[in-house]
Amino acid sequence: MFLDKLLYAKPIDQIGAQERVTRLFSRSIKKDSKVQALHLALSMIDLTTLEGKDSPGKVKQLCYKASHLHDSFPGLPNVAAICVYPTMVAIAKKALAGTGIKVASVATAFPSGMADMHAKLDEVKSVIDAGADEVDMVISRGKFLRGDYQYVSDEIAQVKDACGETHLKVILETGELVTLDNVRLASDIAMESGADFIKTSTGKVSPAATPPVVLTMLEAIRDFQTKTGKKIGMKPAGGIGQAKQAIQYLVMIKETLGHDWLSPDLFRFGASSLANDVLMQIVKQTTGQYQSKDYFSID
Amino acid sequence: MNKAQTWEYSPAPESTDHIQLKDRYDLFINGEFVPGVEGRYFDTINPSNEEKIAEVAEAGKADIDKAVSSARKAYDKIWSKMLPKERGKYIFRIARLLQESAREFSVIESMDGGKPIRESRDIDVPLSSAHFFYYAGWADKLEYAFPGRTANPLGVAGQIIPWNFPLLMAAWKLAPALATGNTLVLKPAETTPLTAMKLAEIIQEADLPPGVVNIVNGAGETGKFLVNHGDIDKIAFTGSTEVGKYIMKSVAGSGKKYTLELGGKAANIIFEDAAIDQAVEGIVNAIFFNQGHVCCAGSRLYVQEGVAEEVISKLQKRMESLIVGDPLDKNTDIGAINSKMQLNKIKKYVKLGKDEGGTIYQSSCPLPEKGYWFAPTIFTDVSQSNRIVQEEIFGPVLAIQTFRTVDEVILKANNSPYGLSGGLWTDKGSKIFKVTQDIRAGVIWANTFNKFDPASPFGGYKESGVGSEGGIEGLSGYVNLV
Repeated sequence: MFLDKLLYAKPIDQIGAQERVTRLFSRSIKKDSKVQALHLALSMIDLTTLEGKDSPGKVKQLCYKASHLHDSFPGLPNVAAICVYPTMVAIAKKALAGTGIKVASVATAFPSGMADMHAKLDEVKSVIDAGADEVDMVISRGKFLRGDYQYVSDEIAQVKDACGETHLKVILETGELVTLDNVRLASDIAMESGADFIKTSTGKVSPAATPPVVLTMLEAIRDFQTKTGKKIGMKPAGGIGQAKQAIQYLVMIKETLGHDWLSPDLFRFGASSLANDVLMQIVKQTTGQYQSKDYFSID
Repeated sequence: MNKAQTWEYSPAPESTDHIQLKDRYDLFINGEFVPGVEGRYFDTINPSNEEKIAEVAEAGKADIDKAVSSARKAYDKIWSKMLPKERGKYIFRIARLLQESAREFSVIESMDGGKPIRESRDIDVPLSSAHFFYYAGWADKLEYAFPGRTANPLGVAGQIIPWNFPLLMAAWKLAPALATGNTLVLKPAETTPLTAMKLAEIIQEADLPPGVVNIVNGAGETGKFLVNHGDIDKIAFTGSTEVGKYIMKSVAGSGKKYTLELGGKAANIIFEDAAIDQAVEGIVNAIFFNQGHVCCAGSRLYVQEGVAEEVISKLQKRMESLIVGDPLDKNTDIGAINSKMQLNKIKKYVKLGKDEGGTIYQSSCPLPEKGYWFAPTIFTDVSQSNRIVQEEIFGPVLAIQTFRTVDEVILKANNSPYGLSGGLWTDKGSKIFKVTQDIRAGVIWANTFNKFDPASPFGGYKESGVGSEGGIEGLSGYVNLV
């Protein structure tokens, strides 16, 4: 059983990981490489609204924004996906028809994961029936922290089973796992159990995606590919609101995983406010001037 | 969906508009820039493009005489009589001025020596001013450094520094000597004289009394005049073990004190319980920092057999992502080899490694056509008996061996005429204590490498040197205790 081996996983040195992050983030990205990075970042965004007060109106507005990011500025890509709660999937699916933009739904009693397995699987089936292209599940952190890794592995495998061809992103909620050793172990378990993507956070727990956590997960993905040949995707979520951060993460991907991952197929940003900052920077790079925030639509 | 893209970094060169360099630099003697008596000049070139940056006066015997006598006069009349707290003020002033000119110094250091701007900007220059700040603080507190004793200055110090960290080594030498009340004559390396000359300008600006610091340039001959000068009380040298041995012979019986910081061939040890990805980063930092032109470089890697395959394959991948090129580009990881002579030496050793049957792996990174360059290189399938494992290469060349037990690796780590530094990587604290106690080296880093701080002493065992620099220990090389 792969779990036995994983328990002897190599430790992660927090200080060393932080140093590596500092080094990566000091890359100077200018001119053409900056413009290219900004466009790339835009195309990798999972535009997200996950609030108790979400309504069909709000979701429809967000969907329109997803394919009309800044119409006064031609040549921009669309975001990769819209990420919503299960009850909004059908609405989003309809609103995005014909755009090529995916609909991702959180599931499995997001954000806590505190429900029994039947309820979780029912929820997964219902969002797939409603037309979700991607499912973002959460793991049971309580079980993980108690050392019940088998449970966590089984629940991921069952959800993947229920997903079939639908893309599965596994949210580790790293802010609750606390240590990088745990992040690495949870990443390995998720990949071995059928995740197509691993994702840092729900956005409901602080800290969300921190750079050392993202680095640790990227290294896990790299090692998994070395071992199995499979390419697993990565999605940092929460706390990434600025274009500069997005570019820094692109540097981290490029130098950890290589160019294959510089694609929305294998990398996403879970973010609600990132798109506008990236747009603002794209306009600035082209015209040489910053436009006021008021020129960028809020949806 | 979208296809993966290739995304390369655009050039991001640090601007050179703000630097001020003269076409010609004279000798700095008695507070003034003066031509050499024999009027000879040599060129200092940029190793990344082989272009001349400036010409620099070469000091002959008569110039050394002048420099030493001005240092002697300044010592007798001013510096040794000055209140320690006043001395401290001058050193603080140098530290601040250096900090203010940090950007200019970084650029010039990278142009003259070939090191990446990332390093000169983030390490060399800030550490240099930190050194001045640190020792400035000691100037009026020597009685606390040596409780119950009186620390008297030695007199005039002759100081000879290498080309790998030109400004930083100048700071290591000047700061403690000045704080303890000595005057000095400093000779920078002939391939990297420029930041020392800029430092001379700062010393002028700081209004340091004339003659307290004298800076003369030249190669080995000039150094010999300084070492053998009769009115020198102390020689402080950083450089090769070969020259260090010459200095020890020369000063034997002369009553001159000396501190020597010489070569190294540090063992960097990866245990199988280490954090592997961070250890790989540590290997890169240990051997490729400053193109491997580092006396404490981790140039002998020992990897425990259980993880050897993983570590080596990760290291090879990591080497592919290193950016070798223009030292002034902010994204450059590895700059130019300091001189043609050094490049030839590295090539000689790499050929030797291949001839001896080692398996070579080099990063496939493109190298610029002009200038002196060498790709990051590792050798596997070597043993303690290979010369590339025994001798200091002083370049980006790593020799990798595997080991099985803790005792075995300690034996092998100590099986070297050098003993300057070392490193070990393990998640287990008890192993850190065991190994660091048993390895005879001046500094041993645990789960990190190449970390420096002015408060931390640095110096070697065996053929790596005599005495320490940095910290309280760094003061004792410049005082007579009574």
